[in-house]
Formats: sequence, C-alpha cells, structure tokens
Amino acid sequence: MCCAKTAAEAGQTCLIIERNSRLGGQLVKQTHMFFGSEKQYAKTRGIDISNLLINDLNGLEEKVEVMTDATVVGLYPDKVLTVLQGEKYVKIRAKAIVVATGASEKVLAFENNDLPGIYGAGAVQTLMNVYGVLPGQDVVMVGSGNIGLIVSYQLIQAGVRVKAVLEAAPTIGGYKVHASKIKRLGVDIKTSHTILKAIGKDHVEKIVTVRLDEAWRPIFGSEEEMTVDAVCISVGLTPMGNLLSMINVETKYISELGGLVPIIDQNNETSIANVFVCGDISGIEEASSAIVEGYLTGLVVADRLGNRHPLYHELMKDYHSQLENLRSGPFGEKIRIGLMKMMGGKDKC
Amino acid sequence: MLNKTGVPSLEEVKAIFPDREKLKKPKAIVECYEEIPCNPCSTSCPFDAIYIGDDINSCPVVDFDKCTGCAICVYNCPGLAIVVAENKGEKIRFKIPYELLPLPKVGEIWEGVNRNGDIICEARIEKVLMSPKQDKTALIHVLVDERFVHDFITIREVKNG
Repeated sequence: MCCAKTAAEAGQTCLIIERNSRLGGQLVKQTHMFFGSEKQYAKTRGIDISNLLINDLNGLEEKVEVMTDATVVGLYPDKVLTVLQGEKYVKIRAKAIVVATGASEKVLAFENNDLPGIYGAGAVQTLMNVYGVLPGQDVVMVGSGNIGLIVSYQLIQAGVRVKAVLEAAPTIGGYKVHASKIKRLGVDIKTSHTILKAIGKDHVEKIVTVRLDEAWRPIFGSEEEMTVDAVCISVGLTPMGNLLSMINVETKYISELGGLVPIIDQNNETSIANVFVCGDISGIEEASSAIVEGYLTGLVVADRLGNRHPLYHELMKDYHSQLENLRSGPFGEKIRIGLMKMMGGKDKC
Repeated sequence: MLNKTGVPSLEEVKAIFPDREKLKKPKAIVECYEEIPCNPCSTSCPFDAIYIGDDINSCPVVDFDKCTGCAICVYNCPGLAIVVAENKGEKIRFKIPYELLPLPKVGEIWEGVNRNGDIICEARIEKVLMSPKQDKTALIHVLVDERFVHDFITIREVKNG
C-alpha cells in the first residue's frame, strides 16, 4: 500500500494484488500502539494504521487498482504474473513488479509439536484479534521477542492466563518495556528455558520445560511440567521469497535478516531489473521500517517507468534518513550487520 | 535484572524519580531504560519537557522544571512505560495507563502491584478517564501509601473470596 501510494502520487498506475479479503497484511491483527516516530504512525494501533493507509489510497483510485482474495501463483521472467481469484485464473503482464509478501513464522522442533492446541503466535493473533476466538485458557508462550511479549499481553487482555514466557537465550529478546508490562501483570519470563515436549492425547494437556546451559544444552534433571491447554510458538520469522525463486532472483542466506533473502541494492531492486522488494521479504524488521521501505520503493519504481515524483530527491533523502534512524540503535544492530553482509555479497557478484 | 526478568532494580527506578521537593507537584516518571527507536512521549508533550532528540533511539530525559504532570505522555507511550507521581503528604497520587477490562470505578479499593507483579498495598481509585484522544488506553488516578512510592506500578482487581 505504501509503495502504491508514492508511486501513484508520482503519476504511476499500479495494481495491488492481495491474498486476503482486505488490505493491510499483518497490521489488521495488531491491537497495540506502534513504536517508531510519528512519520511511521508511532503510538497509533496497528489496525488503525492499516485503515489510515487504505484511506491514503482513496484519493488515488484513478491510478491504483486493487484485487483482493487474489493469490499470485506464478511469476515468470518476462514479468508475467498468474493470479488465482476465486474461480478466475488470469495472466497479467507488468512493467515492474514489487514483491512485498512479508515473512512466515519459524517452527520449533520438539516432541509432539503437532498436537492440536500448539499455535504460531501469528495464528493466535488472527484467531483472537480478527475473529474473536480464544486459543485456550492456559497458554505458555515460547519466545520472548517483541511478538512473543506483545501477543502475551494481548492474551492477558483477552482474559487468557499466560502461565509463563519461555526464552532459550539468557536474556529477553524484545523491548524491555514490553517485558515489564507483562511481568507486572504477574507473568514470569523464564530465560534460558525451552519446551522439551508436549503431552496430551487429542490435545495438548501439559508441557515439559527444561533449563538450558550457556551452550543452550538442556540441563538434565531440570525438567518441569506445566499444565496448559495451548502453546504459542514465537521463535522468529523467516522471509517469504517463494515468488522470487520462480524467476531465479539471486539470494543469500543471512541469518541476521532471518534466512534466505534476495540480494538487493539501495533502491530495493533485486538481481533482475525492474523486480523490486519491500518489507520483511528482504529482512525481518519492525513494521515501521516496512512502511518507509514501501514509500521509498514506490518512488523508485515510478521513476524507473518514467514518472518522477516532483519531490523525488527530497523524499528519497527523507526516507533513507528515516530508515537509518530506525536502524541506528542497539536493536537495529542485527539488521545493520545483515545489510552489510548483503552489500558484501553484491560486490562479489 | 531487567534484561532477564523484565524488572528494573530499585536503583534504576530511583534514578528516574525527581527529588522529594519536586514531587510535591505531579511529575512524569518515564521508565524507558533501553535504547529503542521510539519518540511519541517527546513529540506528544505540550510543554517540551521530554527530550529525545534527532536520534529516536536515545532514551528520554525529563525536564522536571517543565513537566506539569499533565499525563498526556502516559497514554501516548506505546510501551505503557510512563506514570505520573505526586506526593500528597502521607499518600502518593499516581496516574497510570490501564488497558484491561473491567475498568475500575471511582471510590473502589483495588490491589496495588509492584514491578514484579506482587500485590503490595491498597490502591484507592480517584478518577477513571477514557476520552477519544486517549485511544483506548484508560488513565487511572489512584492513591497509595507514600512508602510505596518506588514500588507501586499498577493495579489489579480484587479477586472475590
């Protein structure tokens, strides 16, 4: 949406293809206030940000077309996309393509991790915040990154007991303000702990936790049982680049960015000319960065196709500096290292 | 330890409080000990009393001479990391953010809770504010005993029986 906005403002026609029935991606299930600065809608709740972004497109109907409930099932080197929308299967040829498919949740290997009642944190948010369905009454959260901490808080808000947050690392992964927020509501965050196995017949009934040593090895004898009816797994995200692999975009495994990512330049262009990316597909970050990347990529794409935004240089400078600012603190270190590794990879090509 | 449990030490808490004299007027207590990219407390303050600067990762610094304790930052902080405290003799009046249901009612006695999640005192509800500009974060005014000034952080509904 952000990308379409700046591109359309520059005079570029564009088509947004969305798998879900409404635009907004993950924002629609984020009920908490966002961080960042006001330029990235800080202090606004995610669900309200998605509505603000949709409203931004409202004046641009002449330039922006939207297809919802439509899945891109194929991407070809001549920039032909095949799209499945209900029973309809259509081919679309584009001059440029921006892939903003985001990321998927990582899974965790443990005994019985396929028992009903074991969810990814994103699924819990969708169930609870979009459809109003509780995942269980007694939940354990595995992972203390921002998503794990925030979803724990949202579970408490929904009236669910969060029995504990388990974190395999020796320190909490996410922002400490999120950690403090659930700790004061009585939830223990157990660092150097993980889930060993789930127990249950038709549904998870109990889990066994274990303490880990400095080398992340389970400490024998430290196992403990915990009675739960749901387990929420929040152990990170990995970029979703399936479409890009269909046209052999060059990729690189960069763990700091969440896994296999397309190699891109400063303007988010991939190894294939006029194929761009923005958001988590090129590295796991906060939503605020994805918003700015979208605005930036929209300008670049429009410019490439002959529609330069009147404020191109000023806006580009602003977006680059916003991204730099968002990534400059200790929490941006991983993404900075990741981007450096990517640039290193680019030089070698 | 903050990065292992989510609980700051008493020293860390004391360091963000103004001196006792200043606390006779309401002042914002900003519990943001970590450099994260975020600045709504600073940009929402009508009195320019919270400084972050150009690098939005910097930790906020409160100018207690400028802070009026208006509590606008309390519901604008996405981390719910700000309260306002004011010394009223034997009591402290806190203004806290609250995002759970049910909301307390004025006059009720709720449980006062510390940063570790333990019940430590009684908390008398003085005001419950929820205007559209607060965007669904309620602002609760609550009185607790003065000796809990560095311990009290939030309230919990008294469970029956």
